[in-house]
Amino acid sequence: MGFKDFIFKKSLWLFHFGGASCNNCDIEILDCLTPRYDVERFGMLLVGTIRHADVLLVNGSINQKDKSRLLEIYNQAPKPILVVAIGACGCTGGIFAEGNTFAGPVDKIIPVDAYIPGCPPKPEAILAGIMKLLNK
Amino acid sequence: MFNDIFHFLVFPGLLFVATVGGILAWADRKITAMVQFRKGPPSLQPFYDFLKLLLVKETILPAKGSKITFLMVPVFSLFGATIAGVLILLPSLNIQTGFSGDLIVIFYLLAIPSLAYMVGAMASGNPLASVGASREMKLIMSYELTFFLVLSGIILKADMSIGINDVMHAQSQSGAFIGSLSGVILFLVAIFCLQAKLGLVPFDMAEAETEINHGPFIEYSGSAYALIKLTKYIMLFILPAFIAALFMGGLHWQGIDILWSILKILAVVVLLTLIRNTNPRVKIHQAMRFFFIWMNLFAVIAIILGMFGI
Ligand code: SF4
Repeated sequence: MGFKDFIFKKSLWLFHFGGASCNNCDIEILDCLTPRYDVERFGMLLVGTIRHADVLLVNGSINQKDKSRLLEIYNQAPKPILVVAIGACGCTGGIFAEGNTFAGPVDKIIPVDAYIPGCPPKPEAILAGIMKLLNK
Repeated sequence: MFNDIFHFLVFPGLLFVATVGGILAWADRKITAMVQFRKGPPSLQPFYDFLKLLLVKETILPAKGSKITFLMVPVFSLFGATIAGVLILLPSLNIQTGFSGDLIVIFYLLAIPSLAYMVGAMASGNPLASVGASREMKLIMSYELTFFLVLSGIILKADMSIGINDVMHAQSQSGAFIGSLSGVILFLVAIFCLQAKLGLVPFDMAEAETEINHGPFIEYSGSAYALIKLTKYIMLFILPAFIAALFMGGLHWQGIDILWSILKILAVVVLLTLIRNTNPRVKIHQAMRFFFIWMNLFAVIAIILGMFGI
């Protein structure tokens, strides 16, 4: 592991993209920032703009309208950027996979580095996913 | 000549203020975490953040903006903060800066980073950034007058001398300024000015993350943002150092005084962090009223009290 890699993994800043989600996954992501789970221990921060982000968290099903926005956000991101698909919706489509506005799971649109399944995934599962990403 | 370059780049210049500023930025985040019953980031976190932005990330230029201005702004803000830091710290090392009246120069240099952020926001061509810039402008207009009143109070108390050296000398003869009533009032007003200058919570409406997504910095990425981060670290060190030099008997770097100087600066930083963590963000017009009416009033009262020597 080179120096750049080491630095990068020590300071991941998260940007949260919520697709057409049922809002449960968003809440669980916010749970990770609370005193109980506290991802700031690993140097992670939630940032408000994609220009500062190192990790793009995508949750919720991606429908026709979200698709172009997700692509736009991904193209606006400064590289290197990691993409994490959170929840059954993000990974496969989940209960919305049969919907007529559904535009494919996240990895059909942009490359995904980690999947965190669950509906919604527990904060523990999100932390475990993040740790897997760090050790990758 | 060589000495000047050494002073500017290594000690007490760029390298020193940036390192101490990084440590203080960590302290700020750690105290925040402790107030919220969290564990907080590891101790080298600010340096990781800076190096990551500088070395690893790509810098994106705005397509519809003035690219050169956009890129010059972080450099200017870093220069302003560093020179201010050098001028603040040199007198406490017993090195003569060669001119009197450095208090006024420092006042102007400390305004450069905020002005630079504003210009950068305007150059980025982002609507949210211009909202942030306009808020920053209003904030500057409100707190700069107050900050200048505080400085005039200090100048008055130090028998009309306008150099940091003379102010520290006056305090070593007649006791720290914070020991008198007018000194306490001026100190409190100065703390609120610092809060606004640093963009910490009651007055962080310019970069409100939750509503306008970091405002002026929204388009900055990569190494340009790294320099802005570095400026913020430096400001978190030199502003408390400035206040400690003006109010708390000055900074000295010999023997046991080193410990006292560090404790003074730490005390100011802890105070700022606690204010930041226990207050909500106010609206811009509330902030303007707060400074224009209340803080100016208190500063004037303190100056009048100071005239009577209270
Ligand atoms: S995965 Fe489940 S909880 Fe998460 S957004 Fe989809 S339906 Fe909601």
